[in-house]
Amino acid sequence: MLEDGTVLVGRGFGAAADSVGELVFNTSMTGYQEILTDPSYRGQTVLLTQPHIGNYGVTQEDEESPKLWLSGLVVREACEHASNFRSAMELSDYLAQHGVPGIDGVDTRMLTRAVRDRGEQRILITRDTTISDAQLVDKVRKAPKVADVDHVLKVTTQQPYEWKKGYESPFSPPAPVKAGGKRRTIVAYDFGAKRNILRSLAACGLDVIVVPATTPAAAVLERKPDGVFLSNGPGDPAICRYAIDAAKVLVKKLPVFGICLGHQILGHVFGGKTYKMKFGHHGGNQPVIDLTTGKVEITSQNHSYAVDPQSLPDGAVMTHKNLNDNTCEGLRHKELPVFSVQYHPEAAPGPHDALYLFKRFVELLDGVTV
Amino acid sequence: MPRRQDLKSILILGSGPIVIGQACEFDYSGVQACKALRADGFRIVLINSNPATIMTDPEMADRTYIEPITADVVAKIIEQERPDAILPTLGGQTALNCAMQLHDMGVLEKFQVEMIGARPASIQKAEGRLEFRDAMEKIGLACARSRLAYSMDEARKALDEIGLPAVIRPGFTMGGSGGGIAYNLQEFEEICARGLQLSLNSEVLVEESIAGWKEYELEVVRDKNDNVIIVCSIENFDPMGVHTGDSITVAPAQTLSDREYQLMRDAAIACIREIGVDTGGSNVQFAINPKDGRMIVIEMNPRVSRSSALASKATGFPIAKIAAKLAVGYTLDELDNDITKTTKACFEPTIDYCVVKFPRWAFEKFPTADSVLTTQMKSVGEVMAIGRTFNEAMQKALRGLETGRNGFGNVPGMPHCKPEDCNAEAVRPHLATPRADRIDWVRTAMLAGMSNEEIHDTSRIDPWFLDQLRTLVAHEQAIVAACGKGMQALTAGFLRKTKQLGFSDRQIAAAFAGKVSEWTVREHRKKLGVVPVYKRVDTCAAEYPSHTPYLYSTYDGTEDEAGVDGMAGAPKQRVIVLGGGPNRIGQGIEFDYCCVHAALALRELGHETVMINSNPETVSTDFDTSDMLFFEPLTHEDVMNVVDRISPRGVIVQFGGQTPLNLARGLMEHGAPLVGTSVDSIDAAEDRALFSKLIEELGIDQPPNGMAASADQAIAAAERIGYPVLVRPSFVLGGRAMEVVYDRAGLHSYMERHRAFSQERPLLVDKFLDAAIEVDVDAIADGENVVIGGIMEHIEEAGIHSGDSSCSLPPYSLSDALRDEIAEKTRRLAKALKVIGLMNVQWAVRGTKVYILEANPRASRTVPFVSKAIGQPLAKMAARLMLGETLAQVGVVERLEPPFFSVKAPVFPFNKFHGVDTILGPEMKSTGEVMGVDARFGTAFAKAMVGAGNALPRDGKVFVSVRDEDKRLIVPLIDRLHALGFEIVATGGTARTLQTAGILVQRVMKIHEGRPHVLDLVVNREVRLIINTPSGRRERSDDRLIRSAAVNHRIPCITTLSAASATIQGMEAWLKKPLSVTPLQQYHGQLT
Repeated sequence: MLEDGTVLVGRGFGAAADSVGELVFNTSMTGYQEILTDPSYRGQTVLLTQPHIGNYGVTQEDEESPKLWLSGLVVREACEHASNFRSAMELSDYLAQHGVPGIDGVDTRMLTRAVRDRGEQRILITRDTTISDAQLVDKVRKAPKVADVDHVLKVTTQQPYEWKKGYESPFSPPAPVKAGGKRRTIVAYDFGAKRNILRSLAACGLDVIVVPATTPAAAVLERKPDGVFLSNGPGDPAICRYAIDAAKVLVKKLPVFGICLGHQILGHVFGGKTYKMKFGHHGGNQPVIDLTTGKVEITSQNHSYAVDPQSLPDGAVMTHKNLNDNTCEGLRHKELPVFSVQYHPEAAPGPHDALYLFKRFVELLDGVTV
Repeated sequence: MPRRQDLKSILILGSGPIVIGQACEFDYSGVQACKALRADGFRIVLINSNPATIMTDPEMADRTYIEPITADVVAKIIEQERPDAILPTLGGQTALNCAMQLHDMGVLEKFQVEMIGARPASIQKAEGRLEFRDAMEKIGLACARSRLAYSMDEARKALDEIGLPAVIRPGFTMGGSGGGIAYNLQEFEEICARGLQLSLNSEVLVEESIAGWKEYELEVVRDKNDNVIIVCSIENFDPMGVHTGDSITVAPAQTLSDREYQLMRDAAIACIREIGVDTGGSNVQFAINPKDGRMIVIEMNPRVSRSSALASKATGFPIAKIAAKLAVGYTLDELDNDITKTTKACFEPTIDYCVVKFPRWAFEKFPTADSVLTTQMKSVGEVMAIGRTFNEAMQKALRGLETGRNGFGNVPGMPHCKPEDCNAEAVRPHLATPRADRIDWVRTAMLAGMSNEEIHDTSRIDPWFLDQLRTLVAHEQAIVAACGKGMQALTAGFLRKTKQLGFSDRQIAAAFAGKVSEWTVREHRKKLGVVPVYKRVDTCAAEYPSHTPYLYSTYDGTEDEAGVDGMAGAPKQRVIVLGGGPNRIGQGIEFDYCCVHAALALRELGHETVMINSNPETVSTDFDTSDMLFFEPLTHEDVMNVVDRISPRGVIVQFGGQTPLNLARGLMEHGAPLVGTSVDSIDAAEDRALFSKLIEELGIDQPPNGMAASADQAIAAAERIGYPVLVRPSFVLGGRAMEVVYDRAGLHSYMERHRAFSQERPLLVDKFLDAAIEVDVDAIADGENVVIGGIMEHIEEAGIHSGDSSCSLPPYSLSDALRDEIAEKTRRLAKALKVIGLMNVQWAVRGTKVYILEANPRASRTVPFVSKAIGQPLAKMAARLMLGETLAQVGVVERLEPPFFSVKAPVFPFNKFHGVDTILGPEMKSTGEVMGVDARFGTAFAKAMVGAGNALPRDGKVFVSVRDEDKRLIVPLIDRLHALGFEIVATGGTARTLQTAGILVQRVMKIHEGRPHVLDLVVNREVRLIINTPSGRRERSDDRLIRSAAVNHRIPCITTLSAASATIQGMEAWLKKPLSVTPLQQYHGQLT
């Protein structure tokens, strides 16, 4: 049941629960497990446009966080018997274990077109067939919108911790930086960080201390890190005042690198604004052009908000833009050693084209200017 | 950055005749390149010997050379045209090899022609086995363990290291020619010897066998700024061990996790960078061990390939067009995505449907060929199907193949084999050894109770695919149960689910045990509102709106994207052209050519053109060719669904060969508005009794003939007519199962092998006209008037299928009187049949008497050839006639005598079917054709021979062995050969005949006479040309071995006297004066 009254009947799988979330579609053809465990999807129900989902099962190695954050999953056909030597569990059982309902057998292309044409809207997945359509609509409309909730506070770590694991899976790309440089420590703000970001940082030879989203700047500085990382995360960046305030202090003292929500927060720090897109970018095929080199990288993306390049003051430079819709994909500060990207260089899921950005961060820590 | 300004003129190499492994996908890519580059203002010089291509239409290039694609000929063209660059990456292996030879000969350097797309060093690196392996090692990618060998001794040494089973891959061949897997030493020796022979540089790679691993392919595109994108991932249903061209393939890859997929993507990108393909498309093949995920690079093609055509059709991303633009300096981010129009070509398509490609083989044509699928490609065509799910796509693919399948299983719940074979023990060998019917055995295995594990263990087919297919088998039981209760048990919900799984109306009807037709099921289904919707192939899974109606049907949901309701054009403006479906022997690119022309003509007339076809290789399925493209199987059901959806003004069935013609009556009876020649006329020409009656009325003679519904009737007919007789089933194309029979024993033997005849499908028995000249005529008519397009005189005598015979336009030996008689009688017939559009008639001339052999009121295989020979686009004109214009309005001119000779010569796939006899007969065996054009017949014929790959010798030995009937006639021909300086070698009787006639001849021993014998001469390539006419009655084993050896050793072998005569005429012309090259535009300029 969509907010606009559209009702579709499908087959339930995963958890036998009802849920409401903001419907987003993701066009990645692989990587459903990474998507399911990405904290940035909190509050959202994800539709995958690839019709066959679950084909290769799930495995602990591919988790991007310890749990599933999304509200629900919509697919054309959920696979019952996975086929891949790495698979440890079937998709449906995995969803059930984490209490997330799924629905299949619905026309996902039609829903995708609805979101594309009419924007993101809330969707209810229910097993209750007795309830009337009017009651359903009522239920959907009463549910909170993504923007109403500070989802970051729900997904961030409660305690600081050290992250040590690099690329341990044999199915990982080579580390972006060869180990052996000077060991440096960074503090990573967890707004809902994906593990592959932390793995990528660690694989570059960095000692990573992960801190809660609300950690004040002073507490970070006390740890005397060499740099700060601002992670991805769910929801509207504008309501994360605590993070924007902390970052405002930190950018003046240390090299800072932001990804996704971290990038949007830096947008605010630089004095810019963010806005909600009609249906965002969620997929693994978004072309981004590096405005300095003219080269294009195919990127993994997952965001519904974007930095408005018009709102940026002189101090900030747009470094990357989306080739399809010209939205802002990367920023750096003119003087300060601070840069960020809207997309996901850590991939997982998605292409590895942008892994070099981690190297760029290490170079920044080493004092080489961006 | 805009295009390069330093290039003005570009030479594009085509791929020549259609052969196994190289089909019309290169016409598709070549056409895209020509269009894209001409639009940018480049002067295009094109060479391709294949007249059936759209690319050789004179409007496609500034200068079109229909000449043999050999380095010598291309060198001449370069000298004449002085292009700035040569683009060799769009014409398959033929173009790549030719360009490399030109480079090696120093021609490119001499005339300062730059090779664009891929540089010679890159081609060398990708194609040379050792270089490739070294390159992959350098970037840390694993290859299968392997050793190169240049001789049998080296090959044996390599085997010591690699061990059996071993894969043998010859270097520099296409479609894996000559390769194979050896499980024992004898096979190893055989395959290596063949491979060394076929490899351009006598190189074979002996490689560890990774048979049974999962196989994948990625299509990669790179621009000069080093931007790289993956257009499509393809997963093979058949695991490693079956050539990818012979594998069922699926897009996108289904069983790879993101981690695995991204590593494969990284590897493909590293590969194209390391090999150094600067711009354009490549494909990289991978194998993955299903047990541990170990990935191996199999090979890389530094050019556009069959897979890139498939990937283009599967995603909507036009790889060849983009590759051509990149080759002249554009970058990916500058080029637009043609489908969305709002986004750029620099992205990776994502698809929200499933694509299945299924190969089509022609083993029925070569009964003695080994039908096991190996690393050497054997299929002649393919079908592609799109569905929202794998099962929907798979079932569409199976019914689109036109191999008698209605989907995955014809009768729900029933095995495809004899019931007694439906058990694990009988099934297992069919699963273990891949053949054309393995898919049927997979289903039967399930019906026999085998588990997915068992089927996987035997076949190595991935369990995911098996799991999908098992859903279908399970649903069959539900269909059987529902149908058992009668039609009313088929509820809307149940039918929708059934249709979502891809079941056809025919399959459902079959569950009623023949009591119900597919039409009844269809009516019932429509009444319940269970009809398909059409969704778009849009490159982006609906993220952006699509402006291109490239559509596929699905029963998923109710949202339809055909976009016909709100469109400006009124529905009556729409005209559907039915394509020809998968290529096969007898029905291939020629018919696609006609369909494309029809679409172009109708578009010019202002109609909205709608193409329905299922062949991914073709120009007709380019979304650019028509206004709407429905990628659908050509069945009654699928076509009628489109008709229902878009309410066309007309449906054209005349251009796609036998496929749409077979649908014609059913479509008409159910309300499809067919245009052109009426279905009754089509039937009058196809139905033997009606036809005989008609031509009798018209005063046209026919060889004595009869029809038989039983064996007794057949023998009675044959004996009334008198042997030899030509026998065949009715309603076939390409001379399927057609044979000349010389006596009663032969007729018995024929009927043993072809039992499937009946009252409805009788056996046709015709008097075989010995030593007659066959003549093909293409005519065009508007229902009232008739114009003769061309009269072609066959070079081989009657009895050899017209598709396998060389022919000349204009005739080279027919008298004017005979020619006029044939033209006049053709007109008479066309008028009587009220032909609107095209008609092809075959005649036989014996002495001064003219007999009609058959008439087909549809576009024929020769239409493109004739169009080029007379400088008029017959298919385009015919399409206009079908929509009501007259011949006068269309402006067609009769030109029976063009001032130059055009010769068409066939190309055969014998080198792919080791050991099959190369003898020609009434059953068509050729896959493609070439055209030779020259002011003189001899030279035109020589060009055609060279173009077809028969390197005519300039000197050396010629071996002659002819049947008794030919002995007297061969003498003057051999005398001429001798006069040209050739040494003559002959066996027994032929040698005696020649000696008696005073010709100096060297006698060699027959095979049973001792050694060295004639076969030794052939194997050692001591003879350069073979003239061997077989005795018709029984195939002598000597002859057969000689012909087979000739194929393997690439020695031209002529099997008829008339071809020998033409060949010698050609050699005389050629030896007197070197071949000159002339563009088609110049020839057409002579036609006024």
